[in-house]
Amino acid sequence: MNTQFSVSPENKPIFIALGFTLVIILIGTGYTLITQGAAPMLMPSYLAQQLQIGAFLGVCAAGMMMVILLGHIDLSIPWTLTAAAMMATTVGGPWAIPAGLAVGLIVGLFNGLGVSVLRIPSMIFTLGVDTALRGLMVAHTGGFAPQTEATPLMRFLAADRVLGIPVALFVWAGVSIAIAGLLSRTGFGKAVYATGAKESAAFLSGIRTKWVSVGAFMISSLCAATAGILLAGYSAKAYQGMGNPYLLPAIAAVVLGGTHILGGRGRYIGTLIGVILIVFLNSVLSIMQMPEAVRQIIYGTVIIGMLLVYGRETTSRN
Amino acid sequence: MTKAKEEIVALRDVSRYFGGITALSGVDFTCHSASVHGILGENGAGKSTLIKILSGVLKPSAGEVLVEGRPVTYRSTAEAVRDGIVCVFQELSLIPDLSVADNIYIDTPPKRFGLIDRRAQRKQAVELLARLNASEVHPDTLIRDLSLSRRQIVEIAKALAKSPKLLILDEATSALTGKDVDTVYALLSDLRADGVASVFISHRMHEVDALCDRLSVFRNGQHIETFDKGERSDAEIVRLMIGREISAQYPPKPKRQPAPPALEVKNLRWENSLKGVNLKVKAGEIHGLGGLDGQGHKELLLAVFGALKGVEGEIKLHDKPFRPTSPAACKKAGLALIPEDRKTEGLMLNLSIRDNLLLPNYAAVSRGPIIDSRRADDAVRDGVTRLQIKAGDTANPVETLSGGNQQKVVIAKWMMLDPDIVLLNDPTRGIDVGTKQEIFRLMRELADAGKTILFYSTDYAELIGCCDRVSILYDGAVVTVLEGDALTEDAIVAASLNMHERGAA
Amino acid sequence: MIAKPLRRNRGFAAALILFLVLFVVYHILHPRGFSTAVFIQNANETVAIAFVAMAQTIPVLIGGLDLSVGAVMTLTACLASYLVVGTPAQMIFGMFLTLLAGTTFGVMNGLIVVFGRIQPIIATLATGAIAMGLALLLRPTPGGDIDADLNWALTNSVFDFAETYGLADDGNAAWLQPFANIPVPLIILLVVAFGVWTPFKRTVTGRTLYAIGSAESAAKLSGLPVRRAKIAAFGLAGFFASCGGLYLAIQTSSGNADITQAGAYTLNSIAAVVLGGTSLLGGIGGAIGSLVGTGILRVISFYFRILSVDPLIQPLIEGLVLLAAVSLGALRTLRIKNKLEHFR
Repeated sequence: MNTQFSVSPENKPIFIALGFTLVIILIGTGYTLITQGAAPMLMPSYLAQQLQIGAFLGVCAAGMMMVILLGHIDLSIPWTLTAAAMMATTVGGPWAIPAGLAVGLIVGLFNGLGVSVLRIPSMIFTLGVDTALRGLMVAHTGGFAPQTEATPLMRFLAADRVLGIPVALFVWAGVSIAIAGLLSRTGFGKAVYATGAKESAAFLSGIRTKWVSVGAFMISSLCAATAGILLAGYSAKAYQGMGNPYLLPAIAAVVLGGTHILGGRGRYIGTLIGVILIVFLNSVLSIMQMPEAVRQIIYGTVIIGMLLVYGRETTSRN
Repeated sequence: MTKAKEEIVALRDVSRYFGGITALSGVDFTCHSASVHGILGENGAGKSTLIKILSGVLKPSAGEVLVEGRPVTYRSTAEAVRDGIVCVFQELSLIPDLSVADNIYIDTPPKRFGLIDRRAQRKQAVELLARLNASEVHPDTLIRDLSLSRRQIVEIAKALAKSPKLLILDEATSALTGKDVDTVYALLSDLRADGVASVFISHRMHEVDALCDRLSVFRNGQHIETFDKGERSDAEIVRLMIGREISAQYPPKPKRQPAPPALEVKNLRWENSLKGVNLKVKAGEIHGLGGLDGQGHKELLLAVFGALKGVEGEIKLHDKPFRPTSPAACKKAGLALIPEDRKTEGLMLNLSIRDNLLLPNYAAVSRGPIIDSRRADDAVRDGVTRLQIKAGDTANPVETLSGGNQQKVVIAKWMMLDPDIVLLNDPTRGIDVGTKQEIFRLMRELADAGKTILFYSTDYAELIGCCDRVSILYDGAVVTVLEGDALTEDAIVAASLNMHERGAA
Repeated sequence: MIAKPLRRNRGFAAALILFLVLFVVYHILHPRGFSTAVFIQNANETVAIAFVAMAQTIPVLIGGLDLSVGAVMTLTACLASYLVVGTPAQMIFGMFLTLLAGTTFGVMNGLIVVFGRIQPIIATLATGAIAMGLALLLRPTPGGDIDADLNWALTNSVFDFAETYGLADDGNAAWLQPFANIPVPLIILLVVAFGVWTPFKRTVTGRTLYAIGSAESAAKLSGLPVRRAKIAAFGLAGFFASCGGLYLAIQTSSGNADITQAGAYTLNSIAAVVLGGTSLLGGIGGAIGSLVGTGILRVISFYFRILSVDPLIQPLIEGLVLLAAVSLGALRTLRIKNKLEHFR
């Protein structure tokens, strides 16, 4: 083991992201101290509430990471999330949550088959699926938000607290442990990294790369469905376009966490920190009451800035 | 007659470091016009670095490079090309989706009003291809539709189009077959007559012997000796390269009892590449596949290993019918394939050595779905020891290993599964002599232990030295099986040509 | 001359045939099909997205993606809504500045990708946000005061253009008649496409783009100006996006910083590029193909109007059509017999 503290290139982004998150919190705290004489950002209740909202993004990002590790992308998150939420609220009763999760499984299977059997680039296939799902939901609900409400269980999972900690955080933690464990301690996880690094070599090594891809897409859609169920529980209902704000931040969180956009590299803890970073960035910008225009500019600049700091991409991943 | 010989390029006390590694150390090297200068050395000897410095890809860390007597510092290959130094690299620099003519004149096409003049480009390409005796290559064909040998000829045409004073060929003949090889031999002679210098790197001793009039041996980043053709015997040259005595090149072949076939292939057909292959490989034998490149060897191995769709015919393993549906299924059935290109088919370069070794193997080192790290560590250690892989920390990415060690990782990962039948697709291409020997020894050990080895090599000497029997493929079918005293180079060559006139390669 | 590109790129040929069939059938079904008015309407509804699709094509050719094209279009539209006003000379200068702004933004994208060594998809994700922010700063609410004459002239036929500016005898000149009914938007589109893209394709930089998409390491080894080409690729994308923004501003006489609309343009541009035969892996295709791809997308939405399709199921049909079209390309994949070829 090294006696000096040296950071491997894989972990560098994680530390930088962590550092930057702390910087953001400091800036926010400084701002509120100056303008309000208080530091709400440091209050546990505030942090808990922010993280509770962050749980939705966190679950989406966890699923997205699986797909990005393969070198693919899942653009169907927004409407998978929405469809799962709508189906859950429509079905209601004890079958609400299973119905929502089933939506995730089916969409994920469809995505996986399209990408790995038909070999259609994931960018365009998942885009098509997203559009089709939107169409389905619009037709299903007549263009309005469904009248049915979220079930009590859904509300419990998303909005309630146990021992002062939002239950949503437990859900997020559960998903995190599952995904992190899957990636680092199972053959399937290693197969995901290998397939993302060089699919042809993984294939010739006897990995069933087709099923690895299908599995990853199913996990991604399942996570989106979970986020949809949670979100519906939080808002007590599902509504049109509820998934749209989650796509780009999910991708950003994964990348800011050090996962390589072309696949094969990345650690889950990085994605976790990436989500937290984005959540706190958003919340500081809210506290400072930045207009949307400035928020967008800062959001974009932060991403570019951090990626520049992460340093060189390795040259062409052929 | 040849023009007066002058020094085209000279390296004075050149060294090159990469981090902590010394690739070249204090090298003095000169190359004259009107000569074919061969460079020999194991992998890691510094040959690649040498030519990268010559051709402008790298700058020396110390020392100076002189071109025609002037000191130069090239910052790019374009600058070297301007001085007439052109390199034909081992990894082809052709663009698959562009045409032959486009590729030959890729960066300096003829222009009209600032835009590329495609008609002039095509005309010039036709002339150049004719000079290379390759007129049947159409200038509009896309590179991706050409065979490897043809692509290499286009690559050479591309270099010639730049009117080189010094032409550097790095393993440029390893992909050539049939008349293309003769074309290149003739080309080098012509260039020498025209006063052009050539630097020729190859692992094929017979080629170097045949072509070069000067030879330089490198070892461990140092220039050992330069001598004229004929001044040293092959054995002496090998000793200079390796630094130690090489007694037997190939492990001895034991006499075997006749055994039933472990792998049998009957009338295997696939697309246009396999046209009824019949093959019987016995347990405990090393069975070679020989013949010219492009006759179906690669496709045969891929077909047996489940990577091709639409294969017709029969395959039997230990006398039981077998359908190779996928590499995963074949792995389960006890087959292993060492593929042709380790960088894209054998290894995940940015993953660690450990992850690469364990990849086909997780079922064996896991409890249920969870990996048992202790069993995994043991397996990795065993793999490294058995193949004597020279690696530091197995957590390092596998791309940090030398070519020979990388190949060992590919082999080791399959050995950990204890396969019954091992398929090898040209495993020694571009590998240094030392590692080759270890691979030959391993194959013989496996055969002695009762495994079945199917071994494709483009090197006739290897086939003769290693194999108990050799099947020669021609046009997608086996035309002859040679063994024992009948297994000679002449016999292989004759069978490879199927006794006809040389057809299209 | 046309035959060779068609033979080489079967995707493009298929797309062209599909588009022509759909377009002709549409006009047959339309009560006033094949009339100038309908052609003009078709053209108007296609130009902006066509420019954005051309913009998207170029980064796709080098194997990347530009997620900022919709945002750059929006930004330049908002900019144009301020600049393209006043005297004709001022308007033309305003147009020039708008295009310059878009191109500069694109070049900035290129610099970030090349020198910052950040993957295009994530770099443009971020710069797209910056562009939207700038657009919102320019136009927090939609507005603008673009010349009504300009609006009329550029969104109608050649005849109307001539009449508005008193050219060619107010549009009645005999030599103009064969062209009088051609929609001006179509001319603008084709002039820019064939006047900028086609010559560019035949320069060494243009060829380098295809080389990078096909085999980047080989391109570098061949001494091609890879970095310059990548920066040019994004710069050109910015240029085409700003053409789209400029046109949109003139067409709607205003600048509207609508995030959702920008996102929709970007995603639709990707679909148009794929439908037009350009491979997302790079190295194959071209901007002309993307014009055809855009045509296919737009014609499908035109069908909704004339077939009185329930607006509620229109999005569903659009999505299914996109999936189907893309899957058709996959049928070729199913015929691949060497599984290793899947993993290019």
